[in-house]
Amino acid sequence: MLEIVLLGLNHKTAPVELRECIAFSQEEADKALKTFQESPAIGEVVLISTCNRVEILLTTDNKPNAVDTVKMLLHGFKNIPTAEFEKALYIHDGDDAVRHIFRVASSLDSMVVGEPQILGQIKEAYKAATVNKTSGVLLNKLLHRTFFTAKRVRSETGIGDHAVSISYAAIELGRKIFGSLEGKKVLLVGAGEMAELAVEHLIRNKAKNIIVANRTFERGVKLAKRFDGKAVRFEEIPDCLQIVDIIIGSTGSPDLVVRRNQVKKVMRIRKNRPLFFIDIAVPRDIDPEINKLHNAYIYDIDDLKDIVDENIENRQQEAMKGERIVDEAVIRFRAWYDNMDVVPTIVALRNKVDNIAKSEINKTLRSLEHLSDDDLQAIRKMANAMTKKILHDPTLLLKSNGFHRSKSIYIDLTRKLFKLDNNTEE
Amino acid sequence: MMSTAGYVAYLFIQKDSLQRAAFYLLVISFLCHSATIGYAFVKSGHFPVRNLHETLSIVGWTLTGVFLLFQYKYHLKILGVYAAPLATLIMVVVSYLPNEPVQARAIFNSIWLVFHVIAIFIGEASFALACGVGFLYLLQENAIKSKQRGFFFKRLPSLELLDTTGYAFIIAGFTMLTIGLISGFVYAKSVWGRFWSWDPKEVWSGITWLLYAALLHQRLTVGWRGRKAAIMAIIGFAVLLFTFFGVNFILKGHHGEFTKL
Repeated sequence: MLEIVLLGLNHKTAPVELRECIAFSQEEADKALKTFQESPAIGEVVLISTCNRVEILLTTDNKPNAVDTVKMLLHGFKNIPTAEFEKALYIHDGDDAVRHIFRVASSLDSMVVGEPQILGQIKEAYKAATVNKTSGVLLNKLLHRTFFTAKRVRSETGIGDHAVSISYAAIELGRKIFGSLEGKKVLLVGAGEMAELAVEHLIRNKAKNIIVANRTFERGVKLAKRFDGKAVRFEEIPDCLQIVDIIIGSTGSPDLVVRRNQVKKVMRIRKNRPLFFIDIAVPRDIDPEINKLHNAYIYDIDDLKDIVDENIENRQQEAMKGERIVDEAVIRFRAWYDNMDVVPTIVALRNKVDNIAKSEINKTLRSLEHLSDDDLQAIRKMANAMTKKILHDPTLLLKSNGFHRSKSIYIDLTRKLFKLDNNTEE
Repeated sequence: MMSTAGYVAYLFIQKDSLQRAAFYLLVISFLCHSATIGYAFVKSGHFPVRNLHETLSIVGWTLTGVFLLFQYKYHLKILGVYAAPLATLIMVVVSYLPNEPVQARAIFNSIWLVFHVIAIFIGEASFALACGVGFLYLLQENAIKSKQRGFFFKRLPSLELLDTTGYAFIIAGFTMLTIGLISGFVYAKSVWGRFWSWDPKEVWSGITWLLYAALLHQRLTVGWRGRKAAIMAIIGFAVLLFTFFGVNFILKGHHGEFTKL
């Protein structure tokens, strides 16, 4: 019987230097798929490669052989000594392999639990495998189940809810204050990776008119150009407060940059339209006293971090529910997989035909009451012989060993032809 | 009928997925209620505001009506948590009040009176909802300010939406109150021959009107929005409640018989 085997390495087992080396580009993946398939040890194969993981999912009837083949091919492809990646490599088979791919797709195994990209990446990988015709009955079924399970985990648990990055948490808060961020004006004071990320999030949420104030004006101009906004001098900040809605503080200044009395004055001119301050600078840029003013809200880096921690904790709890869904899915897949073997298929086929013969005979004999017991016996015998003869050749074909690669296709076809699987859930 | 449906709506509305069901229930109960009132109108030949039972019933009806209208426009679902139980509460009170027909007097038969009553009640319902939005605003504002994201933070909409909705309710309420007062003056002129008779109800209505006028004025000129506006909406509604009940029960006046037990 063909076995499902998964080889892989991820962010937990391999450092980024190694992952970089092993990661496959699209063309490389296509080439690798073809090479894998040419190997006699490997049946079907799907290759998933992202920046955090490489996973090779395959079917084989000779696991040690297949594992060695993959290692050799990885070595050949990437020019890395086998010893270097061998330690980072994990090998799962059977239920463990199935569970692993379910967990990966459901983002339970991700660096940031619940991040949504991985499912799309697996779908891409599967598409590549179907295009290259390296995926067959078993992996088709497995991948479809994987997508189904991942969707279930996402929709039935809160695993993807709530922001888990500082900049995104700030955006979510902004939405709680302003509703939509569309058309809101943003003042960026200073620069910095996190602040720039926040601005990018804001732009994606249709915030407009980014104003950048920087101590060194040239730097500000450069940054403003990137965001399609305008640069102002540091001294102009109080004037800007009148027109913007969101202020992001991110300077290295040891002093406060925006003070309470500045904001207080401005609020009257603004007709109390709300102001939202995001202070991600340490030491802080924005006077915390401003939070006491009406319609002005400040969140500093610690406040945002609290939100993120809380949300991560929530996700972890939701992940437990996700594990339960995955466990269920593994059991279901196991039930399907067990039936995909030769013996259960032959048994199911024989039962089906036998049952048809029996019920038809009973129907007919009910209206033939004049027959003697011997006659009845003879008719039953004849029916039995017929079913045996009919099933003889198909059984032989299924039992023959000459086609390791396509065995699952024959089994699948038989099961479909005679409708041996009654479960409607796909 | 109204009250049970309203109550079910309340239970449902707290669960977001069932919010639609609750909304339609409320629509149905509103229609039933309308039919009941229409029937009473036709039967008695008067607009049914002759005693506290009928008057409150109309209040519950307009409250629901105004809520449904705004719900349709602003999709402020969470407000149902406030509006539906409030309407239910009113209708429960109504069902405990005796409904003894009061001898109608000829002066009640005036189109101005009907106009007056309806306009005032719609205004009052709007203010009641503005007060509810005000409460929600304060809850949400407090959650954001104190950085304690509790039970309500996730469930309540943004401050901006609460603020604009509250503002819209105040404008609607103020407009209707103004129309109601003017039609009241016209009616008073036609019945008693004078516009203003220093009746306590009139005085308090005037005070209420001035209060809301001040709120709107402040908002437009110096920008009283957010927290202050929310608090004012709540205070305004408290004064309004006094005008509606307190004046009738404590002080005497020619409005008294509408709320007679």
